[in-house]
Amino acid sequence: MGLGAYIAVSAALFALGIVAILVRRNVLYVLMGIEMILNAANINFVAFNRFNHAEGSQSNLDGRMFAIFVIILAAAEAAVALAIVLNVFHLFNSVKPAEADLLRE
Amino acid sequence: MTAESHFLAFDPAQDFKLLFLAFVLPLVGYVIQIAAGKRLPRQGDWLLTSGLFATASITVLMFAKSLWAAYHGLEFRHHSGDEAGLWFHWFYSSDELANGVANVSAAIFYDPLGAAMLMVVGVVSFCVHLFSIGYMHGTPRYHIFFANISLFTFAMLGLVLSDNLLFLFIFWELMGLMSYLLIGHFSHDPSSGYFHKWATKACKKAFLTTRVGDTCLLVGMVIFFWKFETFRFTELWRLSIEELARHQSLHPGEYPLWMTVGGLFIFGGTIGKSAQFPLHIWLPDAMAGPTPVSAMIHAATMVAAGVFLLGRCYPMFTPDVLNVIAAVGTITAIFAATIGTTAYDLKAVLAWSTISQLGFMVAAIGLGGVVAGLFHMVTHAFFKACLFLSAGSVIHGCHHEQDMRNMGGVRKHMPITFACMLASTIAIAGIPFFSGFYSKDMIILRAWENILGGRFTGASFFAAVGLPLAAACTAFYMFRMIFMTFSDSYRPGTVESPFAHHGGGHDDHGHADHGHADHGHADHGHADHGHADHGHSHAHAAPAHAHAASAHGHDAHGHDAHGHDAHGHDAHGHDAHGHDSHAEHATPHESPLPILVALCILAFLGVFGGHFWLADPLHSLKFWEHAHTWFETSVSFQSLYGAQIGDRLAAAVAVDEHAAHQAHTVALCVSLAVASLGILVAWLIYGRGWERSQRIAGRITHAIHAIYEVVKGKYFVDEALGTAIVVDMKRKDEPRYEPDASVIGASVHVANFLGWIDRHVVDATVNLVGRIGMSFGKGSATFDRVVIDGAVNGVGLFTQTFGSLVRLFQSGRVQQYATFAVFGGLALAVWLILL
Repeated sequence: MGLGAYIAVSAALFALGIVAILVRRNVLYVLMGIEMILNAANINFVAFNRFNHAEGSQSNLDGRMFAIFVIILAAAEAAVALAIVLNVFHLFNSVKPAEADLLRE
Repeated sequence: MTAESHFLAFDPAQDFKLLFLAFVLPLVGYVIQIAAGKRLPRQGDWLLTSGLFATASITVLMFAKSLWAAYHGLEFRHHSGDEAGLWFHWFYSSDELANGVANVSAAIFYDPLGAAMLMVVGVVSFCVHLFSIGYMHGTPRYHIFFANISLFTFAMLGLVLSDNLLFLFIFWELMGLMSYLLIGHFSHDPSSGYFHKWATKACKKAFLTTRVGDTCLLVGMVIFFWKFETFRFTELWRLSIEELARHQSLHPGEYPLWMTVGGLFIFGGTIGKSAQFPLHIWLPDAMAGPTPVSAMIHAATMVAAGVFLLGRCYPMFTPDVLNVIAAVGTITAIFAATIGTTAYDLKAVLAWSTISQLGFMVAAIGLGGVVAGLFHMVTHAFFKACLFLSAGSVIHGCHHEQDMRNMGGVRKHMPITFACMLASTIAIAGIPFFSGFYSKDMIILRAWENILGGRFTGASFFAAVGLPLAAACTAFYMFRMIFMTFSDSYRPGTVESPFAHHGGGHDDHGHADHGHADHGHADHGHADHGHADHGHSHAHAAPAHAHAASAHGHDAHGHDAHGHDAHGHDAHGHDAHGHDSHAEHATPHESPLPILVALCILAFLGVFGGHFWLADPLHSLKFWEHAHTWFETSVSFQSLYGAQIGDRLAAAVAVDEHAAHQAHTVALCVSLAVASLGILVAWLIYGRGWERSQRIAGRITHAIHAIYEVVKGKYFVDEALGTAIVVDMKRKDEPRYEPDASVIGASVHVANFLGWIDRHVVDATVNLVGRIGMSFGKGSATFDRVVIDGAVNGVGLFTQTFGSLVRLFQSGRVQQYATFAVFGGLALAVWLILL
């Protein structure tokens, strides 16, 4: 298995995440879409870290470290996002993003 | 004896105050007289006359100072502002009070000409005041008369003393007003009969005619002010000379057109005031005023103001203007002199004579003989005032008769008046050793000098021929007047005359004398009535009263004499005379003392006013080698206009010695010849008895019938101008004025025609322009509405539409925004990858 397979999975995961963000009517699915996009990026980090270094040289851990940071960031982001969702639910009595259109103002 | 310490040396610190005192005394007198004159004893005449005596004394003293300065060769040009700081600041806008452009300041300017003129005005005015005490006594509005002549004197003194053209003009106008009031003196006195109606019209005519000239003067003044921005004479002279020189250097042989035009306008003022052709028409009618007024205003002073103006403005005239002045003056001199030979009214002869003599002065100045012209102005003032006052005395003595045909033989009854009048007549006729000879000879000399000296112009030639002709006429008509009035025997009532207004000859004024007697002498009304009734019934006893001339005249005079002598009786205390008149009540009587004193003063000046001034009597007994008249000694181009300007002006008219000598001989011969010729002809026709003179004159007038009628009709100038005054005693109401067939009538027609043009051409053009403007405005409004407003609205509409379109994208829904972002990013990616 080469780098291409990892990137294909990553791209598919990214596309699914985008589609989820754009078309799902429940804000929780949108959050899941965001998580999927972040993880698609993580796959890329790890895959490029594994395959993309000069022959015979020592591999470093930069990519993997970034992936860990992204997971931490995703966890923090999920906490903030869920807090926002709760507030949105309080305000609109709904978690459907189509009904929360205050950005228009 | 130093020049500074002598009592005749001019002292700026003192003498300007004296001059100012002389100037304001008549004004103070006027104010007192108007306020309280009627309540003063003798209605205040003593007050004004003594005030005028003070003024005359000051002017004579100052004049002596000017002569003393001339005698010692000192310059005598004094300006109260420059020398003593005495200014009258009227209104001003800058700190530099004396010379600022928009500043109007006046001061006293006193030079030899001013000194001579001021002396003339002072002395003549004093004499006229004195004369009026006798002449006007007992007439209505006596105090007003004195007030008015006093204010007139004030104006004339102011005119002579002012240092700038504007103040000269102000006093000039004030004189015009006083002339109007004084000519119209009798228009408030219905008892004066003929004069009542005549004066009412004559004063208006005089005022309006001179107004034409005054307007010209104003325009001329403004033209010079516009260019030179000053009214001061000294500045105007300097700037005019410089302007002429500058223009000469650029265009040799040409003169600035604006100066010619301005000069002609200023001369227009002289034409009006000094009664030059064609505005002379007012002066003969001004004789409707009282005789003292005629003497002072219309002979000696006011009419001379026009000549004085020319003297003051001489450096501002271009040679073209001077030629016009000379020509107009000569025309006037001949024209008026010929009319003078046909007049029968004593005062009319003198009026035409005045116009003629003014023509001499004006012509002299036009010919470059400023000194000659001004000298004649001075000598003429004396002898003409004397002539008028003598004529007044004769008229007074002849019971208000003015027609010379009804006089005759007055010499026996009025010897002193005769002597004074004869002396002045000799002076005006130009007999050597009398003042008029010197001045008139100088004028004729000037004309001949121009011709013989090589400055031959049409005007010079015209003057050189025309002026002697006029001088011959002058000698003739003056001696005609003397012979008709004083020789032979008294012949009242020879012809019907309108003047004896106490006579009651006219239908509806038959009782005017009663009114007058009552009015003038309320306290003596009883006596007057007694006489008047007597005469009245006598007059009615003659049935052909109005038509049988001699019978009527006799009755009328008898009647008149009663009223009049009674008047003389209470007025002058001539008891014996008043009683005599019962026996021979129609004979003339000598005038009272004030009249005779005034006459004698003026006659003395008329005879000696032109005499030699001995250039250096102490060191040379051969005075004929240095003989000049006093006026030439003190007044010259240099003393008038300052050394620098004067030299230039003198050089412009100078002739070489040979030509001058020739001209002297010619002028002397011509003067003597024309004077003796005129007198001889007058003696041949009128000097040998009344009956014979009527025969000879009748034959001559028959032979030249057509010419005689034209001259007697005063060349019909009045008719041509539409200004003839017709006094119709039979009509109560004044006839409507019908100006057809005259200049005024033609002017009315021209005005009507111009009015038509104005309505139909000028107004139509204006309306057309208006309509075009309106159409253009309408088109412009449409363009504004459609294009400009359309563009503005279009921009608004576009913005609105675009905005509402763009607003659709801002839904506020996050997912939609994200969709846009993604597809935008995709499009970007596709674009980057594929292109």
